[in-house]
Amino acid sequence: MATSAKDLPFREETFRDDFTFKNSPETVLRAPFPFDKDSYMYAVNMELHRDGRPGTAYEAPIDVDEHYVSEMKDRALVLDEDPLRYQSLPHMTLAGWDTLELLMTCKAETYPEWFSLTRDGDNWHWVNRPMGIDQHFVFGDESTLPYAPLEYITRQAQGDFCVLDERDGNLWMDAGMVTTQADWSLDFDIGMNFFEWHAPVPLAHEKGIFKRALKYLLSIQQGNPARRLNWTMTVNPRLDTSPENYHIWGPENTHITPENVADKLFLRIELQSFWRLPRSNALLFPIRCYFLSMRDLSTVPKWATRMHRVLQTLPPEIASYKGLDNYREIAINWLSQFDDGKPTSEGPHPD
Amino acid sequence: MSQPDDSAILSRPRYGTLSPVEANFHVFVADDSGGETILSLAQSLPDDFFNNAEIIYVNTDSENNQSVIDGLEALGCPRLYIGPSIAAALPRLRTSLDRMRMGTQVYLSGSESLLGMATMTAMEAGLDHQALQTEHRGSLARRVQCVHCKGITENVTTQPADCDHCGLLLFVRDHYSRRAAAFQGVNINAEDPSDVPAKEEIYS
Repeated sequence: MATSAKDLPFREETFRDDFTFKNSPETVLRAPFPFDKDSYMYAVNMELHRDGRPGTAYEAPIDVDEHYVSEMKDRALVLDEDPLRYQSLPHMTLAGWDTLELLMTCKAETYPEWFSLTRDGDNWHWVNRPMGIDQHFVFGDESTLPYAPLEYITRQAQGDFCVLDERDGNLWMDAGMVTTQADWSLDFDIGMNFFEWHAPVPLAHEKGIFKRALKYLLSIQQGNPARRLNWTMTVNPRLDTSPENYHIWGPENTHITPENVADKLFLRIELQSFWRLPRSNALLFPIRCYFLSMRDLSTVPKWATRMHRVLQTLPPEIASYKGLDNYREIAINWLSQFDDGKPTSEGPHPD
Repeated sequence: MSQPDDSAILSRPRYGTLSPVEANFHVFVADDSGGETILSLAQSLPDDFFNNAEIIYVNTDSENNQSVIDGLEALGCPRLYIGPSIAAALPRLRTSLDRMRMGTQVYLSGSESLLGMATMTAMEAGLDHQALQTEHRGSLARRVQCVHCKGITENVTTQPADCDHCGLLLFVRDHYSRRAAAFQGVNINAEDPSDVPAKEEIYS
């Protein structure tokens, strides 16, 4: 029987220094495994973001899992060190209130035992029990919250959040909370349009991926969110793999050995979703990160086999862009013991 | 639909060729050989054109720019400013743009640093994108923001390059921010600081 995320206690764990992060077996099985076949190439892999099966990361529109409380502690540490990880251009305040409303209502509806929202006109009462927060505030009045609305609510929500303004037929990265990013800088990219902030990505521009993706995103309507998956790999379960701190975590990329690869190397999955916001007409773009160690993957034979084949056949430009060059061969060798050479079943789900 | 050009940097602005248009007032901003653009435009403009204009010229190479300066002085522009660096000229430009009337056209010509910083200043002053023209002349040197310490290093001509502020050796990415008017620099040898790649002059 599928276990719901609600049945698991919140773990006390770290994503830095001693890296005590760990998935329970149930959390491994509910991960949104990103490969639906045995090889990988960029694609506009968008689909509607609808309530999925229980026991998957899609069971709730905004997923909360056993890592929630510890991830929020890590975010607070990042923001203390570098407040530039949260930014919002002046015209984005309304979109911040939209985001706050969306996240509060989603969470209160799907997880009533953890969150509640009571509204009396503009007088709102928000309770976040896992984080011990009980807040009365006036919707639309920034002076009644301890932070701007976008910062306030994204300090209580797993994953990074970009808020994209729509104008001139393009999307503009005009606000965001970005502390768990795979090597891109909100501070540098803020104010850029969709093509500009994707400029460093190899191959995908030539394939017309971003033009098609933009067209899809612009067509997203309120009440019909969409999603896609992206992935990379990370040494240690470090959420904050920012370029800002690359000189600090970069050396770890050379620390993978055949002896430690199973527990020290992680598949880093991004569940990206896209939500049209009602008042501002902006797009909210949450990027939620899930870690699976190579050992976690090996508990699902189909996933270990598929990861092995994807790494073997990955184009070298993509492997380099994702920063896998130091340890790709070591991972392939370790995963080969799980690959029996037989065809895998269709789709991403475990057999 | 046109295909993206492999060699283009998608986050970098496209520069064009200056072409004076009907306007109530004209502001020219140039550095070094960018001044030659103004002189060559002047040849096909009416004699009294510069009565209704302002010229801000940055001269970082006084030995070689004397003929440009002589030419600019001969245009009869009542508001001609000649300064020693982009940073020194920016307060003047900011003031001019803040006091700008509707229907002013701004023309930039010169190094990418000049184009970037003057564009940034014009955007901050609320200038419409359409009221601004740019032409790239002279140095290919880049203005680079260190992603680690956020300091800006001017006149970067090598790959990799040292950060003037924190000292890290930076790989200059083909990724440009209009807001910072700078390319992004990321530590090139973070994985192994003992591996120090040689610098190549590629942006001079």
